[in-house]
Amino acid sequence: MATSATDPPPRPAGEPLLAAAGLRRTVEDRVLYDDLTFTVASGERVAVRGPSGSGKTLLLRSLAGLEPLETGRVVLLGIEQSAWSMPAYRRRLMLLPQRPSLPEGPVDRALAAPFAFRAHAGRRYDPSAARAYLERVGRTTAFLEKETGRLSGGEQQLTALLRVLLLEPQILLLDEPTASLDADAAEAVEALVAAWLERADDRAYLWTSHDAAQIERVSSRSVEVGAR
Amino acid sequence: MPAAYLTLGPVQLALAAVLLLVNLGLSAWLRLGLARSLLVAATRMVVQLLLVGLVLQFVFALNRPLPVLGIALVMAALAGVAAVNRTRRRFPGVMWDSLLTVVTAAFLVTGASLLGILRVRPWFEAQYAIPLLGMVLGNTLNGISLALDRFMEGVADGREAIESRLALGASRWEAAHGLVRESLRTGMIPTINAMMVMGVVSLPGMMTGQILAGAAPTDAVRYQIVIMFMIASATALGALGVTLLAFRALFDARDRLRSERLRRVGGGAGRR
Repeated sequence: MATSATDPPPRPAGEPLLAAAGLRRTVEDRVLYDDLTFTVASGERVAVRGPSGSGKTLLLRSLAGLEPLETGRVVLLGIEQSAWSMPAYRRRLMLLPQRPSLPEGPVDRALAAPFAFRAHAGRRYDPSAARAYLERVGRTTAFLEKETGRLSGGEQQLTALLRVLLLEPQILLLDEPTASLDADAAEAVEALVAAWLERADDRAYLWTSHDAAQIERVSSRSVEVGAR
Repeated sequence: MPAAYLTLGPVQLALAAVLLLVNLGLSAWLRLGLARSLLVAATRMVVQLLLVGLVLQFVFALNRPLPVLGIALVMAALAGVAAVNRTRRRFPGVMWDSLLTVVTAAFLVTGASLLGILRVRPWFEAQYAIPLLGMVLGNTLNGISLALDRFMEGVADGREAIESRLALGASRWEAAHGLVRESLRTGMIPTINAMMVMGVVSLPGMMTGQILAGAAPTDAVRYQIVIMFMIASATALGALGVTLLAFRALFDARDRLRSERLRRVGGGAGRR
């Protein structure tokens, strides 16, 4: 058995899904946040709030392990980030970046592609799950055959979100998922995330947004970044 | 024994320079702005080659292994530095990666060919070792710099795509695999293209040289075939090596892309 965790033991009841403690981030001698500590429990809908440039994106990237941690620790499902094999970690905690990138080709090939990664071994792309999500936002199966290069901004974001949801992470980090989308597309994104959250009771998300009304709708509590 | 070829004296060199003078005149007359760079390049070429001729003559006369090895290392080091200088970006340690790759690829292939294929005795016979190594180095350098440049540009341009894959659970190798393949292909293209048209569209320089020196064309062709296989394998080895080393430098063991390690260099593009 490898030293890095790929299949953690069941968590004791009441243990948070994700715990962060003492996180700091500096960019060119400027401290963005310091001693940031919070936990996320099952079913929680958490907003990450802070002014522009306060480091919300960097925080989400650090939680996803795309940035090294400057200080402190991140614990996922009771295991330190540093003890996880990162692909296995990211299979459970997924970041939807602000500007996700889609490969060329039809939408359903883009949705199926990540299932080829070893971290998802044993799981397969299920087109019926994709169709079920699409139906909830009033899209037909024809959407799956569209070329990714011809999608509108809203449709691209929808595809990227769908791709993440089909991989069934336990924790989702959403970085401005509806920035630059119109109201209809934003509503679709919110509906999809809500549908994913309902499907199991050990899920949670962190969501950043500039839209106060949206924050109000999608979150039950918040983590403040850069409030010094 | 009389030379099997015509030796050239200063007069012949001067006459050949006249060919260039015609062009210099034309450029000046039509104000093409080429005169200066043409003159500098031509002068550099003449001085460099005359000096190299002297050094090689000296090394050949010594006929000892250490000087041959020494000059081979100097040539390889220059090739390693030149390969990096032609790329548009840098990361810490890129020079060492390039040097290590050039030296390993060129020495392995040239060494194996001298000992195992040509069976030159002694192995350090400069008449064989130096020109073969030079040919291999020149082409490996090209392959390395193309592959390295493609990889670094791919990381810089494709950062979002790569990080999207990582965020979806890809290992660093899964996230970079497409780019690694693309970089190897780019590094190998000149060699593959050259082999495709060799002898049909182009007469290779080494073969031409041997024929000029009095070798039978059928013999010269065999040398050319051997050197092309040497070049192709050293280039493939070099392109693969440098791409993997760059991969290690730009993706860390925690499956992260470290694109902040890449630094753009101003105006270095396409410098020869």
